[in-house]
Amino acid sequence: MPDATKTIKSRGTVTIDVEHCKGCDLCIPACPPGVLAMSTAVNHMGYRFPELYPGCTGCAACSYVCPDFVFEVFRFDEPVLTEVPA
Amino acid sequence: MTTTNPPVGPVLDTSAAPSVGARMVEAQKPDLLLTQDHHMCPGCGEPIAVRQFLETITQLDAVERAIGVAGIGCYTSFSGSMDVDLVQALHGRAPSVATGVKRMLPDALVFTLQGDGDMVNEGLQEVIHTAARGERLTCILLNNGVFGETGGHMTATSVIGQRTKNSLDGRDAEYHGYPVLIGDLIAQLQGAAYVARGSVHNAGAVARTQKMFKRAFESQLAGAGFSFVEVLTMCPTGWFIPTPEGPGYMQETLGEVHIMGELKVDGKVRTTDELHAENVAKQREVDEALAKGGLHT
Amino acid sequence: MTTTAPSRDRVLMEGSEALARAAIVAGCRFFAGYPMTPFTEVLEHFARLLPDEGGVCINAESELEAVGMAWGALATGARAATGSTGQGLSLMQESFSEITLAELPLVVFNMARGQQDYYQATRGGGHGDYRHIVLAPQDVTEGVEHVQLAFHLADKWRNPALVYGDYLLAHTQEALSIEKLEFPDLPAKDWAVDGSLSGTGGSRAVTPLGVSKVGQRALGQEGKAQYIATKLPLMEREVRVETGFLDDAETVIVAFGAPAKFVKYAIAQLREAGHKFGYVRPITLWPFPYEAVAEAASGSKVRRIGSFELSAGQMVDDVRIGAAGKVPVEFIGGVSTDHSGFGVGRILDVEVIAARLLALHEEREMPVIPGYEVNSYQLQPHQAEATR
Repeated sequence: MPDATKTIKSRGTVTIDVEHCKGCDLCIPACPPGVLAMSTAVNHMGYRFPELYPGCTGCAACSYVCPDFVFEVFRFDEPVLTEVPA
Repeated sequence: MTTTNPPVGPVLDTSAAPSVGARMVEAQKPDLLLTQDHHMCPGCGEPIAVRQFLETITQLDAVERAIGVAGIGCYTSFSGSMDVDLVQALHGRAPSVATGVKRMLPDALVFTLQGDGDMVNEGLQEVIHTAARGERLTCILLNNGVFGETGGHMTATSVIGQRTKNSLDGRDAEYHGYPVLIGDLIAQLQGAAYVARGSVHNAGAVARTQKMFKRAFESQLAGAGFSFVEVLTMCPTGWFIPTPEGPGYMQETLGEVHIMGELKVDGKVRTTDELHAENVAKQREVDEALAKGGLHT
Repeated sequence: MTTTAPSRDRVLMEGSEALARAAIVAGCRFFAGYPMTPFTEVLEHFARLLPDEGGVCINAESELEAVGMAWGALATGARAATGSTGQGLSLMQESFSEITLAELPLVVFNMARGQQDYYQATRGGGHGDYRHIVLAPQDVTEGVEHVQLAFHLADKWRNPALVYGDYLLAHTQEALSIEKLEFPDLPAKDWAVDGSLSGTGGSRAVTPLGVSKVGQRALGQEGKAQYIATKLPLMEREVRVETGFLDDAETVIVAFGAPAKFVKYAIAQLREAGHKFGYVRPITLWPFPYEAVAEAASGSKVRRIGSFELSAGQMVDDVRIGAAGKVPVEFIGGVSTDHSGFGVGRILDVEVIAARLLALHEEREMPVIPGYEVNSYQLQPHQAEATR
């Protein structure tokens, strides 16, 4: 029996400058669709950093609240679709 | 705004710009910052505020006349990384130095960058007189209710009950007196044309704060008089709390006393009730906009 | 320069006005100050005269803000000044130290209450290693020259310069025509900020700190202090001094400012009566003319040096350093102002001074300074023995 999947639409994306992150966590609750979560790995300073999951809207809230200039924010011309387990 | 559900799906590659068609909507750092590196603590609100006014100067096409006058505090290191002609002043003394600069260069966009210890403790007289004289410059206050650089001591803006290094049981009105609501004080002065208090506790607040910077600088460029933007910023180190708790703590302490909003516009001082109502409405507006996909127009 | 002009071009004016006009012909376009006797009139004249010259004069809310405003004006490359009397300058000391570190060419006017601000002017009441070039005019005519010289030297060295005056200088009226002095060319002030380099990656910082813009060489705090410390001795070449009758002097008197003019007059009278006096008049209090004092102390006939000052004795320290033990140095001045403490003291009188000079010369007891006979501190019993 095939696993059920659903499609998540991402209208935007970000680049994350992992090595400059100081692990403050402020971006996590700031993201309206909730598609950021802190990593388990750490960067060279020993901090965990945010990782991006499907569903970004390109709203740039993460960039607004980040004290360390970690994010660059993009809007796709066409939304990118990702299949995930339902 | 906060989500209780963990995100689903694979972790996406965020190491480089997208390979499919996309346009950048937010640069990694402002043009006027020479480097993104700084020594502010994790979760510090100051760089968040600095970004906003630097971007505003660029947006207003006022770069080639921008001159900053920096006070002394954690933010002083931005004197070296802001790509603006700059005069470094002493603790509390930026408004008088900025006065000298602006009087000699009336067409320059002159701003001060100060903390609450600098401006409201050491330099209270300076900022009040500069505002009263209606000097056509913009004083920017990063208010975190502590002396951050020296380790988290009480300032004139610390609120009743706030724990600091020299009010370990919380600020006590009887012993330590009451906070100075500097934005409100300045708004009462006739020489002050535009007075606003922003905050960086969430994306919506940051966006509102950027608009305040824009209106303040526009007011200076129009020769309207003294302009003032206070920004509540988090200092988890100085508040002895974990970084994710910064915004919430700030809203519950400083934010309850130093009310966010445009305190004086076009010569008219606004009431606390007006500000509260506006804050509730604006937050709702911003939450809706973010949910729809952005604050950009 | 000022008194050789035809009398029809000369205007009767008080010293305060002359100093302000001299600053303006030197190109000063910013002044900030706070009223305090006997400096207040300097501020008044700047307030009246500067706007017509396209300059700005601000009544600052305190002396602390006055020096801050001048700091900002200087940072834009303008010639700017502030001033007060000693007490007001006390408030400005932190800024004086830091303005020196920021290498800004501030000119300061001290219309002092007497000569007891000598230490403040030359040792600095501020923190750290710094020196200000200090000029001590003896009269309004010299004051007009010194003000212009101060602006030039301040720009030449990118270091503050102070004009040390007093009640007499500020309030004596003379007929003057303020002539602009010519000085050698100086480099352009490309360090000054005006916004034009903002956003270019090459923006400038005017700062007392040892940090700089990202990408530019930073000295660090130690480096900055070393840089300024090594600059100080280089400025010593600006020393200025006037001497007289040192060839045959038995008694040499050292005095500065307006009192020095009285001293010279007294010496002229005493020499006519056959007494062999000579004098050394420091024109720069910093750099102090140690060499001139050393030379005077080495005169073949010299037996003693007297330091005449209106204070409890401050310059006498520098005189002793210069004399280096060759001959005894005695302080022969005293605290002397009028009753209010602002003005001209009773010992500023040629007769009184001549009596003191003669007492030194003839090794007799010094006449009592008026007031000391009733105002002197009485040692108390519990203070008689030193505490070990």
